[in-house]
Amino acid sequence: MAGNGKSLDGNGKQPVLVVVQMTGGNDFLNTLIPYTNPVYYDSRKTVGIPEGQALPIDDTLAFHPQAAPLKEMYEHGKVAVIQGIGYENSSRSHFRAMDIWHTCEPDKIGDEGWLGRAVRKLDPEKENVLTAVNFGRGLPRALSAPGVPVSSVGDLDNYGLMTGIEEKHRMEALDIFKEMYAPAIGSGPVMDYLSQTGMDVLKGADVLKQAPAKYSSEIEYADNSIAKSLRDVARVHLADLGTRVFYTNHGGYDNHANEYPDHPRLMTELSGAIMDFFQDLKQHDAGDNVVMLVFTEFGRRMKDNGSGTDHGSGGGAFLIGDPIQGGLYAEYPSIRPDDWLYGEDMRHTYDYRGLYATVLEQWLRIDSPEIVGGTYEQLSVLR
Amino acid sequence: MAAQDLSLTAHLMRRAGFGATRAELERLAEKPYEELVEDLLHPERFPEVERDLLDRYLSEPFATIPVSVGIWIYRMVNTKRPLEEKMTLFWHHVFATGFSKIQNVNAMVRQVESFRRHSLSNLRGILTALSKDPAMIFWLDNSENHRDEINENYGRELLELFSMGVGNYSEDDIKNCAKAFTGWTFAQPIPLYPQGEFPTEFEYRTDDHDDGVKTFLGETGQLDGSHVIDIIVRQSATARFVSRHLYNFFVADEAQVPAWSEAPPRDPAAIDALAKAFESSNGDIRSVMRVLFNSDFFKKARYGKVKSPAELVAGVIKLAGTHTEPNRGLEAVGVAAAAMGQSLYDPPTVEGWHTGREWIDGGALNERVNFAVDELDDVTRPGIRDIVRRIAAEGGSLAPGRLVEQCVELAGPVQVSGATREAMLRFAQAGGELSFESEDAAERSARRVARLLQFIVASREYQLA
Repeated sequence: MAGNGKSLDGNGKQPVLVVVQMTGGNDFLNTLIPYTNPVYYDSRKTVGIPEGQALPIDDTLAFHPQAAPLKEMYEHGKVAVIQGIGYENSSRSHFRAMDIWHTCEPDKIGDEGWLGRAVRKLDPEKENVLTAVNFGRGLPRALSAPGVPVSSVGDLDNYGLMTGIEEKHRMEALDIFKEMYAPAIGSGPVMDYLSQTGMDVLKGADVLKQAPAKYSSEIEYADNSIAKSLRDVARVHLADLGTRVFYTNHGGYDNHANEYPDHPRLMTELSGAIMDFFQDLKQHDAGDNVVMLVFTEFGRRMKDNGSGTDHGSGGGAFLIGDPIQGGLYAEYPSIRPDDWLYGEDMRHTYDYRGLYATVLEQWLRIDSPEIVGGTYEQLSVLR
Repeated sequence: MAAQDLSLTAHLMRRAGFGATRAELERLAEKPYEELVEDLLHPERFPEVERDLLDRYLSEPFATIPVSVGIWIYRMVNTKRPLEEKMTLFWHHVFATGFSKIQNVNAMVRQVESFRRHSLSNLRGILTALSKDPAMIFWLDNSENHRDEINENYGRELLELFSMGVGNYSEDDIKNCAKAFTGWTFAQPIPLYPQGEFPTEFEYRTDDHDDGVKTFLGETGQLDGSHVIDIIVRQSATARFVSRHLYNFFVADEAQVPAWSEAPPRDPAAIDALAKAFESSNGDIRSVMRVLFNSDFFKKARYGKVKSPAELVAGVIKLAGTHTEPNRGLEAVGVAAAAMGQSLYDPPTVEGWHTGREWIDGGALNERVNFAVDELDDVTRPGIRDIVRRIAAEGGSLAPGRLVEQCVELAGPVQVSGATREAMLRFAQAGGELSFESEDAAERSARRVARLLQFIVASREYQLA
């Protein structure tokens, strides 16, 4: 089963993972809503979604009204909802909670990301600087691991060094750049890191510039950050540059206040962008080897605060794509008041490291224990 | 004067400000170091940036965020009060408030002006102004923090991110802190349409304030927000947390903030010294900064800290000698810093920016290098002309080794590695000796100097302050 990550799927294509981070702590209770449960409505007098507006998938649960594209994909069996995901003693600090998700280290500060470790296994010889590509400003901790090349692209259309220098002198300038960034022994971790990053940009830019040129599509993505990012993912994926892990984030989920209208807008943007992304891949016959993982650092409290919801635990994650066996996984966190943690939080029912292990072992086909720090219950979520 | 003095002065100005031109450095280095530090600690000795000139070109009350960012960078480059401006940026890093939610330029600009006004004062005053700042109140929902229904967002972050750090208080302390700040809100602002953006003011609503007895960090009473701030400033955890922030911003890159409760400081003795200065002055930031800048640990910490995008952009502009007067091009400069990962007035979350090494990834390095190279891609830029003039003044022709040495010296001095020096030397050698004897030769030489300066700002070392 688990091997060196080189194994191909039935069509001879390498499995690809796209990670979407919902930054700020998505309110799971308002994403997949227990729309027939009176406790939900008692607890959420302000931000509760009226029963008539929610989009039911069964007798007890319904998607957020603005997540209609997600619900449609769910009905086509492409969306797995991992309910009640979290870990013991969930941190309520964004910073710390995100770190815990990124590093798989709930008890100490880790500096290596789980995907950075995965990339090390996927591309042990560092053959491709584009094995992992992040879109957005700032590299997430999840992707960072010493010595592991990762490309982080802010603007795909203008990626490349010293593009302002006139062409006849640019090659000479790039040569000097290469020499200046040559790794040297004993120059310290920061200089080493700068060397590696500089060299990666040099190599990556050469290859990445093909992507926008090759791309054409009938899909019109919306004008928002997550739609742009997923379009960039599509452009690079479709250019077939060997990227195995894509990463991007969608911010703004810290809805302490004004959860309405902020959260509905986020649901519209995210679910619309995901739908467009998968349709884009489908039109290019390039979706059958792609799985998307959507996660957030924590869920929010049972009770609203009159305007929004405060940091809580017991959130939800999603796996999306053709290879996914859609449906509900793990247990919805109990919303019986007796079961609440600290009298206000939903208890998690499933450890997030099990989800990571599932993705690593069953999809990317690499060993997970040393990446996630142990053995965790996996899900049977792949077709 | 000794070259060592100039290099120390340059270090001080990079850290306490946004760098200095060669001419500025030579003038500053005439003063003893300790006096220079006192000048920095007393911005009131020097004039403010002239407002009327700014208003003529970029009218701030009606500005957009890119214009306001441009104005801020203009201040960083041109201020006669470098430390005041650097502290303003420091507080913006720590008390990260984002336009993404505020959606009111005026409120953001006013918040940063408040940081500027309080830049070197007592932490008690700084936290009080912060707690009354409408942008902050809205950012962390204290306007939703009511007597009968608390919203603990501000209470939590005030302790976790703005003063003490995790592990120094309980969940009950957070709740009681939030209760103490109930009723701290802002007046209903004038509606945006059709009047446009108008500022709002702090408002204390006694009818919405919980004046019951609360216990906060072991002290019990009818605590209000101001009592809570008093208690916070007295905590040794606060002294240490603020000291570590200052160390991280001014001296050397620490681990990211959430690691602080577990990972020891990289220089515990330095934090002890700063915390002691904080405690013995009851939280006076000027006193802490005096100890910091005069310490050996500061003086030795050269070229070891990753520049933030704001520092990089302002430093490159100083080197190029551009934007010495307000102009519309400043908007583009703000956009450049954002592309490198730092949208001023709009940090990504309440935790602010991840700093140090995390400023750099492939995309960010790409933007940093290209911005700096483009800014110096014109030999007529005043800063380049000045350096060319100084090099030409040596007279006769200049050997490649000497040329590289001069460029590195006049652009900083920058502390460059062997690899960087050798690569530059190879370029210098390919062009032969530098000559200014004919007009043609002088023009060619100027272009070669400019190209070497471009290599310097593209180097690994230039990413560090």
